[in-house]
Amino acid sequence: MLRIFNKILRTGRLTEPLPAGEATVAELGAACQREIAAKFGGSLAIRMVDAGSCNGCELEMHAVNNSFYDIERFGIHFVASPRHADLLLVTGPVSRHMQAALLRTYAATPDPKLVVAMGDCGADGGEFGISYASCGAVANVIPVDAVIRGCPPTPLQLLQGLLQVLQIKTPE
Amino acid sequence: MSRQEQRVRPAQTTAFAAQLANADIDLTSVAGPAGPETLLELNPADWGRAAAVAATAGLRFAAVWGEHRPPELLVTTLLAGGDGHLLLRTVLPDSAPQLPSQTPSFPAADRPERHLQDMFGVRFVDHPDGRRWIRHRAWSAKWYPLRREAAIAGTPVAQTAPDRSYPFAPIAGSGVYEIPVGPVHAGIIEPGHFRFQAVGEDVLRLEAHLGYVHKGIEKLAEGRDLAGLARLAGRVSGDSSVVHTWAACQAAEHALGIDVPPRALALRAIFAERERIANHLGDIGAICNDVGFAFAQVQMTRLRELWQRTSAAVFGHRLLMDRVVPGGVAVDLVSDQLTPLHQEAQQLHQEVKSLMPVLLEYPSLQDRLRNTGVLSPANAERLGVLGYLGRASNLQDDLRRDAPYPPYDRLHIEVPAYLDGDIEKRVQVRGDEILIALGLIETLLEKLPEGELQAKLPLPNRECAGLGLVEGWRGETLAYLRLNAQGRVLRYFPRDPSWLSWPALEVLTPGNIVPDFPVCNKSVNGSYSGIDL
Ligand code: SF4
Repeated sequence: MLRIFNKILRTGRLTEPLPAGEATVAELGAACQREIAAKFGGSLAIRMVDAGSCNGCELEMHAVNNSFYDIERFGIHFVASPRHADLLLVTGPVSRHMQAALLRTYAATPDPKLVVAMGDCGADGGEFGISYASCGAVANVIPVDAVIRGCPPTPLQLLQGLLQVLQIKTPE
Repeated sequence: MSRQEQRVRPAQTTAFAAQLANADIDLTSVAGPAGPETLLELNPADWGRAAAVAATAGLRFAAVWGEHRPPELLVTTLLAGGDGHLLLRTVLPDSAPQLPSQTPSFPAADRPERHLQDMFGVRFVDHPDGRRWIRHRAWSAKWYPLRREAAIAGTPVAQTAPDRSYPFAPIAGSGVYEIPVGPVHAGIIEPGHFRFQAVGEDVLRLEAHLGYVHKGIEKLAEGRDLAGLARLAGRVSGDSSVVHTWAACQAAEHALGIDVPPRALALRAIFAERERIANHLGDIGAICNDVGFAFAQVQMTRLRELWQRTSAAVFGHRLLMDRVVPGGVAVDLVSDQLTPLHQEAQQLHQEVKSLMPVLLEYPSLQDRLRNTGVLSPANAERLGVLGYLGRASNLQDDLRRDAPYPPYDRLHIEVPAYLDGDIEKRVQVRGDEILIALGLIETLLEKLPEGELQAKLPLPNRECAGLGLVEGWRGETLAYLRLNAQGRVLRYFPRDPSWLSWPALEVLTPGNIVPDFPVCNKSVNGSYSGIDL
């Protein structure tokens, strides 16, 4: 136990110098937080759906929860059920084997809701396109409000993308 | 408990031809795909018996895949011994192809054979489980996506029906109930369906039904050039991007008979070890987090993030996607980055070295991880599992040591192994492997050869085939490749090590309580995308 406290103390707070020119996590997060306060009553619940991804997008989705980004502090959190979600974050080209599950998850998410397609695959099918096995873009299966490109999008791009959605869209 | 001593699998592939002859199995030795492996061709009727001989000899089943070359279907099995690999092949007519199954001798052949059955229409006559595997409801039972005549577009309906009719093993016994889970799970993970049969809190049986993220990778590869193939290979399983790309490129380089420049090989190894470390860091944290120990998660994700940032800053991509290209690598390492990379490796070494004992000696973590999700060494051997999963159960197969490919042929590779086979040991092996990989990175940086980054790729001018075998962070990773005379892909088959680890999850979960399933699953961490293809 002592060693754990020791490590925690010595790790200290994680801070980083502000990179020049580029929007920082803190700025993006604060901007998200303002939108979330105005439109979502202070908290944005995200349900992620992997609809056929290579799992690269999921790794970066995990990363936004690490201490450097820690998006919960801006009021954004991932929830276990679509019933609790304001926003569906969908990755992958939609495999035909996941089509029904995605449709059902969409239906299970209460209105009003937002849908964001994450990654080049979600945006346009990416490396996988449309085939006997893949429906391609998420928008080919459910209505999509915005896409966040990248393969995979970096945590900063993900945050930036979320901010843009929040700024231009009000859940209907 | 202390580490097991270093041990190489005693079975030898070189003895196998004689063992087959002793069993009255006719074979022809033919030129196989380019690479260090020999290929023995057998009659279809002897296919099952040959597997029995191999299993008795102690060889390991590594993979089986098909290939349609009208009017024939080729079926190839890859076996491994302590001295490298061996290919068995048989040729079938493509009309009503039938073959004895190798599953009775090698349980690990079960799902790969069913994949082959669904994708090519090969019937395995004495297969203990003839159910479909990769085919859900997106295409019909009489259409085989990997037959040459099958068009990639297929004839899909607008809305594919959910796969409600998969015949799970029936439930029996009083008080036994079923818990269906998935395909969409509660956390940020890939989709798949798990069917638990339980009494009270205890899991009696677990059956996985995967295939949800099947996106036609094998078919998509057909007709691509090598650059396109490498991009696709890097997306077979995003967490193993480097290693799948390396395997595919190695297969192409074997097929074309070209040598990759030494500097490019060293950089590939640096990428692969970086990928190993990133995944181990993330998973150690996630395993501990699954039993509520957030301290480990916070520490490990911190280290992983820093590591990924360096990958982006120095090599241009956080997951190192598309850094390995056919013939070499896409990025160089400039000399003023050498010192920072050394320092980074030393720092991480310090951190992990001091963190691992804190985790492993923490009583409440021991309480949850020790004796949980046990895979006995005997079961590990029977299932032929790989990587950290094998090493925690005293299986030490590691291509970097046993069948070394450059640049590992010049490096000393230590393979950690333990006997207990529980989650705690899987965590410990990963910690050990991080330290070993950091040592390798330091050596690679110190001895980084000068020279070119890419070899020129000639046009083959004739059909050719090659095999790529690379030790990824999950274990042995394979790519089989056949190219036409123009250098376009005729057949690409990537075999992720997860093919071997998923069945182990079904063996090590029963006997544990339902709430321990997530941590059991995370400790195995099979890739869904990597096997759904
Ligand atoms: S966008 Fe890239 S990382 Fe994301 S699922 Fe597609 S291939 Fe994988």
